[in-house]
Amino acid sequence: MPFQVIMPKLSDAMVEGRVLQWLKKEGDRVQGGDVLASIETDKAEIELEAFGSGVLRRVLADEGQMVPVGQLIAVIAEPDEDITGLVSAAPAAPAAGAPAAPKVEAKAAAPAAHAAIPPAAPPEAGWVPASPIARRMAREAGIDLAQIKGSGPGERILERDVEAYLATQAQRLAGAEVPVGEREFEDKELSTIRKTIAARMVQSKAPIPHFTVTVEVDMGAALELRKSLNAIEANVEKLSVNDIIIKATALALQRHPAVNARYSNGQVRLFKRVHMGVAVAIEDGLIVPVIRDCDRKSLGEIAREARGLIDRARARKLRPEEYSGGTFAISNLGMFDVVEFTAVIDPAHGAILAVGAIEEKPVVMNGQVVVRQRMRLTGAFDHRIIDGAMGAKFLQELKKILENAVQLLL
Amino acid sequence: MAIITYREALNQALREEMRRDPRVFLIGEEVGVYQGAYKVSQNLLEEFGPKRVVDTPISEAGFVGVGIGAAMVGLRPVVEMMTFNFAIVALDQIVNHAAKILYMSGGQFRVPMVIRGPGGPAVQLAAQHSQGMESYFYHVPGLKVVRPSTPRDAKGLLKSAIRDDNPVIFIESETLYGTKGEVPDDEYTIPLGVAEVKREGTDVTVIGWMGMLHRALEVAQDLEKEGISVEVVDPRTLRPMDTSTILESVKKTHHAVVLEAGAGFAGLGAEIATLITEGAFDYLDSPVVRVTGANAPMPYAKNLERAKVPDKARIIAGIKQALAV
Repeated sequence: MPFQVIMPKLSDAMVEGRVLQWLKKEGDRVQGGDVLASIETDKAEIELEAFGSGVLRRVLADEGQMVPVGQLIAVIAEPDEDITGLVSAAPAAPAAGAPAAPKVEAKAAAPAAHAAIPPAAPPEAGWVPASPIARRMAREAGIDLAQIKGSGPGERILERDVEAYLATQAQRLAGAEVPVGEREFEDKELSTIRKTIAARMVQSKAPIPHFTVTVEVDMGAALELRKSLNAIEANVEKLSVNDIIIKATALALQRHPAVNARYSNGQVRLFKRVHMGVAVAIEDGLIVPVIRDCDRKSLGEIAREARGLIDRARARKLRPEEYSGGTFAISNLGMFDVVEFTAVIDPAHGAILAVGAIEEKPVVMNGQVVVRQRMRLTGAFDHRIIDGAMGAKFLQELKKILENAVQLLL
Repeated sequence: MAIITYREALNQALREEMRRDPRVFLIGEEVGVYQGAYKVSQNLLEEFGPKRVVDTPISEAGFVGVGIGAAMVGLRPVVEMMTFNFAIVALDQIVNHAAKILYMSGGQFRVPMVIRGPGGPAVQLAAQHSQGMESYFYHVPGLKVVRPSTPRDAKGLLKSAIRDDNPVIFIESETLYGTKGEVPDDEYTIPLGVAEVKREGTDVTVIGWMGMLHRALEVAQDLEKEGISVEVVDPRTLRPMDTSTILESVKKTHHAVVLEAGAGFAGLGAEIATLITEGAFDYLDSPVVRVTGANAPMPYAKNLERAKVPDKARIIAGIKQALAV
């Protein structure tokens, strides 16, 4: 596959660049990453690297020549590959030593015809070798595979290449500075779990139009219930507030099945069972173990199962089936004194519940100011399948259940 | 848990099943007075007598036929092959009778029989006595084929095989008879058709059984030092095969390497590679790699014998090929 070497756009303001020196000459074999030429921009002198391997077949810009951004300046291909089509489409290089200035102006007008060709176009339209999972990841994240350089055999794009690309994109989205030149930074390999989180979060935040709704819940009844149940001596498995929230959420989902759903290729998938993901912070990341069929399990069963899963999650002992297959997720940052926050929806779900801390605060009830235990719940919903009112009704239901928590025993 | 040899585990399974069910009997060459060519049937004649531990002449086709007939009328024979190489003599009985009588009789006759004995590459036994034999059987509908790699599996699977109502080909290994491992003290069985993840890992799934499995486990330990996390899956039963365990593993690791001691052409490695391609295509990051024995008869010379069967270096090369590292 021939590679077109074009004048790169090295800064936002750059419209043209000068080829200072060719470091490879026609006929030289080059590897991807080899420095082909030095280019002078309006700001700096920069080394131009080859993106592909092959023979430097044609050089189309002379040393000293000013070339518009995006214009073909060389072609790399295998010795037997036909590149006439590529070369003839490019404006001819001026004779060596010719005065540059007027010619540049002439050419500056000519490229209007080429303006339709984006400078970042892939080297060649057509088949991009990629592994099946790389292809699927790119499809799900909405990435053009041609943007990614493959590190596998025959430059096949592998899973790790897509992961690396997604991680870079995530960094860009976060507005991180990408310093050029000086090494005022340290590149550290991300742990596998961190890479997965990075990929999943981009997969979520980019395509899923999130919206959030917050309610404040009076937790008096729920705390009372917890206290009574935990006071029973025979009850070995002590309940946490989170166990109560899990059970209440499962009930609310049962009553609002449209929220227990996900968007998938132009369809909405309504889950018939309630499998609750519970986000657990672990060293260098998080993992979401899943408690299956929460709507059918008792509070005690949920408490017992949650404890086991969370312990094993922290010990990194979860089996894959224990952290997959969820239909909804809960993230609780209450223990960090977070009052309220919004969570990012897992791409496999349609919504997520973010749970804040329980706070004592003054509330007006029946015309009296009283001190109550209050907690904020924020639901994030996928607007493609869930509308504001649906999300609000779900939260209202959840609030009602928690404020009349005794029904959780039914 | 007691630590016992693979040989003792098989002996325990036979003894327990013969005590449990009077219909179970053992038949084969040297199984009685000589206590078994590989001493698997030690002391069984003493306990159960000559009616249930039957020595036969050298006549595989004959005594496999006896087993089939006995099974058809309600007994549960365990037929010992001194080595599975000799089962080829009885192939017509196994393939055309044992495997097909249930079907041909319209469901009237079951053949609850186990044919067991050692098979697979051994040490300097040469071309005719040192070869992977499972491929002659797992192609046949109506047969189940078991390859137990540890003492625990050998015992639990043999008990299930004896209780199964279908003919089961149960191939042990000369090189594993003396290996030791933990075996539960209490009564247990391991169901046929259920694979086991023998080692958990995240980067690549290696599928193997018998000697190849043990080599894979060694390789997994070596590669851990290089930061490559290998998951090792043991199918345990080759037919019916537990495809879901294999697929789940590959869906997690995205890379698969199948090990096969026998010559690779049209072997089980090809079958497993196809299962993975069909069942986990969108999860694959590289083509499934097969590491198999050379396409040649087993040589007698030690150096050539080593070259014939995949060694650790070839398994590591296969894994690195799958991972493109």
